[in-house]
Amino acid sequence: MAGITGKDAVLTEYARKLETLDAPKGRSLTQDAMWRLARNKAALLSIAVVIFIVLFAFLGPYLLPWSYDKIDWSGIRKPPNFEAGHFAGTDQNGRDMLARIMQGTQMSLIVAAVATLVSVIIGVVYGAIAGYFGGKVDAVMMRFVDIMYALPYILFVIILVVIFGRNPVLLFVGIGCLEWLTMARIVRGQTLSIKEREFIEAARASGASSWAIIFRHIVPNLTGPVVIYATLTIPEIILTESFLSYLGLGVQEPQTSLGTLISFGAPVAETLPWMLIGPAVVLVTLLLCLTYIGDGLRDALDPKDR
Amino acid sequence: MALLEVKNLKVDFQTQDGVVHAVRDLSYTLEKGRTLAIVGESGSGKTQGAFALLGLLPRNGRASGSVVFDGKEILNLPLREINKYRAERIGIIFQDPMTSLNPYLRISRQMTEVLEKHRGMSHEAALAESVRFLDAVRIPDARNRVHMYPHEFSGGMRQRVMIAMSLLCQPELLIADEPTTALDVTVQAEIMDLLVDLQEDFGTAIILITHDLGIVAGSCEDTLVMFGGRVMEYRKTLDLFANPEHPYTQGLLAAVPRLDQKVDRLSTVSYDFMVGAREA
Amino acid sequence: MNQAEPILKVRDLSVEFTIPSGGLFGGRKVLRAVKNVSFDLYQGETLGIVGESGCGKSTLSRAVIRMLQASSGESIWLGRDIQKMSPKELVALRKDVQMVFQDPLASLNPRMTAGAIIAEPLQIHYPEINKTERTARVIEMMEKVGLTADMINKYPHEFSGGQCQRIGIARALITRPKLVVCDEAVSALDVSIRAQVINLLMDLQKEMGISLLFISHDIAVVRHIAQRVMVLYFGEVVEIGEAEQVVMNPQHDYTKKLIASVPVPDPKLEMERRELRRKLRKAAA
Repeated sequence: MAGITGKDAVLTEYARKLETLDAPKGRSLTQDAMWRLARNKAALLSIAVVIFIVLFAFLGPYLLPWSYDKIDWSGIRKPPNFEAGHFAGTDQNGRDMLARIMQGTQMSLIVAAVATLVSVIIGVVYGAIAGYFGGKVDAVMMRFVDIMYALPYILFVIILVVIFGRNPVLLFVGIGCLEWLTMARIVRGQTLSIKEREFIEAARASGASSWAIIFRHIVPNLTGPVVIYATLTIPEIILTESFLSYLGLGVQEPQTSLGTLISFGAPVAETLPWMLIGPAVVLVTLLLCLTYIGDGLRDALDPKDR
Repeated sequence: MALLEVKNLKVDFQTQDGVVHAVRDLSYTLEKGRTLAIVGESGSGKTQGAFALLGLLPRNGRASGSVVFDGKEILNLPLREINKYRAERIGIIFQDPMTSLNPYLRISRQMTEVLEKHRGMSHEAALAESVRFLDAVRIPDARNRVHMYPHEFSGGMRQRVMIAMSLLCQPELLIADEPTTALDVTVQAEIMDLLVDLQEDFGTAIILITHDLGIVAGSCEDTLVMFGGRVMEYRKTLDLFANPEHPYTQGLLAAVPRLDQKVDRLSTVSYDFMVGAREA
Repeated sequence: MNQAEPILKVRDLSVEFTIPSGGLFGGRKVLRAVKNVSFDLYQGETLGIVGESGCGKSTLSRAVIRMLQASSGESIWLGRDIQKMSPKELVALRKDVQMVFQDPLASLNPRMTAGAIIAEPLQIHYPEINKTERTARVIEMMEKVGLTADMINKYPHEFSGGQCQRIGIARALITRPKLVVCDEAVSALDVSIRAQVINLLMDLQKEMGISLLFISHDIAVVRHIAQRVMVLYFGEVVEIGEAEQVVMNPQHDYTKKLIASVPVPDPKLEMERRELRRKLRKAAA
C-alpha cells in the first residue's frame, strides 16, 4: 500500500485546510441529556438543594463560633440559643448541634461518594468484561457474584471493621467493594444487549481488540444506566451508613455522621427534640433530592422510556 | 357518492423542538371497491395521514380538516364512536402483524371473539367462518392451524392471518400500512396478489400505504405521491407511470434499479422543485 | 480481468450452529446455515449474493472473512487460508477487508463524533500516523464520500440516514482495503438516498479498484451493481453466473420465482407478470 504514511501533495493540502477549518462542535448525547435535565424543574431544584447541602456541610463549619467537638460547659442540653451561638441547640455533652450536623453531613457525603465511586468502577469493569466475553468467562464471573450475594452482608461489615479498625473512609471503600454486585449485574445485562448492536460488529470488522471494544465502544454507552443506578446507590449507602452507625459499627466519637446523630437523638426525642429534628431534616431532604435527581437523570438519558 | 372523501387534512405534532407539520394538505377521494396507493419516503407523512382518519395518532398529534366516510364526518370523533368504525367498517393491516395479534391467545380465539361480538354469531358458526377466511387468504390446512398461536406462523403466514382478521367484519375500507415491507420478495408478491384477488371477491376499498412504487403498479387504480407532507401528484396509476408529471415522481421512478431495464448509472432525485415551495 | 488469479477463493465453506432443541433435557440440534459454498472473487469485481431472509447470506459473508467461525471449508485470501490465520494475521487482514452494514445509524457508535468513527481503523492499523495527518486523511475521505469537512465534530444522531451510511463507507475505505463486504448496505435507505449511495459505491470502486461482496435481498439492486450474481437458497448456492444471464435466463426454479416476484414499476407489464406468477404457483401446487 503505497503512500499511506508518506505525506503526498494531496495530504498537505488537506493539512493546510485543517488549519483554517471551522468545524462546529456537534451536540453529544450527554449534552442532549443535560439540556433535557435542565428543563426538569424538580430535578433542577433538587440539584440546587444538594449543592446547598454540600456547601452547608463543607463551608458551614468555618462560619460557626463552635466546632463539632468543643464542649460548652455553660450550655448542656440547651435548646437553640442565638446569643450563645448554638443555632440548633446543644447535646448532652454541651457540643453545638449545628456544628455536629455539618460534620455529620460531611461524613455521610464523603462515605457515600467514596463507596459509590468504588462500586461503580468495580461494577462497570467487572460487568462489561463478563458481558462482552460471555460463555464460560461470564458463567464463572457471574457465579462468583451470586455467591457474594448469598453471603450475609453484615458479617462482611464486621470482618471489615476488624480489618480496617474504625477508619470510616476505609470502611466504606470496603462497603463499596460489596455494593458493586448489583452494578455488575446491571452492567452485564446492558453489555449483552449493546454487544449485539451493529457498531460493535463494525469495530470488530475494523480489527479493534476486545479491550478497545469494551473501553471505547461499550463502556461509554453504559453511561445512562450507570449514572442512574449510581444516583440511587448514594442514598442507599447513606442509609447503610446510618444503619451501621446506629449499630455502633460506623464512625467513632467525637466524629459523627447523620446516622449516628439520629441514633443519639431518637431516644431523647421527647425531651431534647432538636437533637433529632436537625439531622433528620437534613437526611430526609438529601435522600429526597437524590431520588429526584435520579428520576430526572433517567428521563433525560432515556427519553424513549417516558 | 364516494366512500371516503378526505379534504385538506392536516396533521401537526407538538414536540420539544416546536410544532412539526407531518401532513400539510392532503385531499383525495376513494370510491367503493377501488384501491388507492399513497406512496412516499420516510417522513413524507403517508402513514400519519392515514392513521389520522381513524384517530390513531400519538397523543401529541392533532388532525384538522375533513374526512367524510360514507356520508358522515369521522375526523376527531370521540373514541367510543370511532372505535365502532374501526371494528366494523374499516380494517387495518400493520407493517408488523404482531402489533395487532395477541401473542398469548390462539388465532381461533382472537378471530371468533371479533365475530361473536360484532356479528352476533354463535361460537361454532364463528369458528367455521374463521376457517373460511383463513382458507380465503390461502393458509394451507386452515382447519387445524386456526388453533395455533401467532408465533407458530412464519412472517408471511402471520400477515395472511392479519389480513383474514381485518376482513372478518367485511369492512368497506381496508387501510394497509406497508403490509409487505417486512417480508421477502417472493412472499410480498404472494400477499399483494392475494390482496388483489380478495378485493375482487369482497369488494373492499383499499388504501395501500407504501414506499415502493413497484408494488403499486400492479395493484392500484389510483396513486398519490407524497413528499414533505404535501401531495406531489395524484392521478390514475396507468397515467402516472406512463407519463409522470411531477419532477419528484419522475425522480423516484428513475432512482430505482429495474429488472426490465438496464442503466449504467442510476439518476438521483433532484429536489429543485422544493426551492420556493419550502416556505409556502 | 478474469485471466488473473482471484483474490479470494472460497471452497466448500459450511457453517453450522448448535441450538437447544427445546425442552429441559432436549439436547442440541445442529442447524446448517451454509452448506458447501464455493466461489471466486477477482480484483475490482463485484459479486452479488441474493437470497431471502434466513437463507444464510449474511452468515456466509461473515464466515468468509472469519467474523464468525466456519465449521469446515476454506477461504483463501491472496494465497493464505483465512480460516487458519493466527489472531495477529487476522488483525492485519482487517486492514484489507472491511465491512459496510445494513442499519446506517446503528452501525455508528452514538458517543463518537463522525471524525473519530472514520479515524478508528486508521488508529488501529497505522498507530504511527500523527494526529494532524490522521485528521487530514479523515477529511479527504469525508469529501470523497460526499460529506463536508465541517461535519467532522458532529455526532451520528445529527446526520440523516444517507449521511450515516456515507460515514460507514468512509470508515470502511479509510485503510484502502482490497475487499469490502456490503451486508444489505442500501436496504434500509429511502429510494432517493439509495440511488445516491449505490452510485457512490460504484464510483469509489472504480476509483480505488476495490472488490465488493454485495449482499442483498433485492435482485434488481444486485443486478445493477454486480457483474456476477450468486443465488442462495436455504444455505445452498442454487445459481451463480453473469448478472445478466441470471436475471434474463434463470435456470433454477427458485431463481425463476424470485425474479417473477420482483415488482416492476410498469402497470401493464406488472399485470402480465401477475398472470405469470399465478401459473408458476399453480404449477408448484
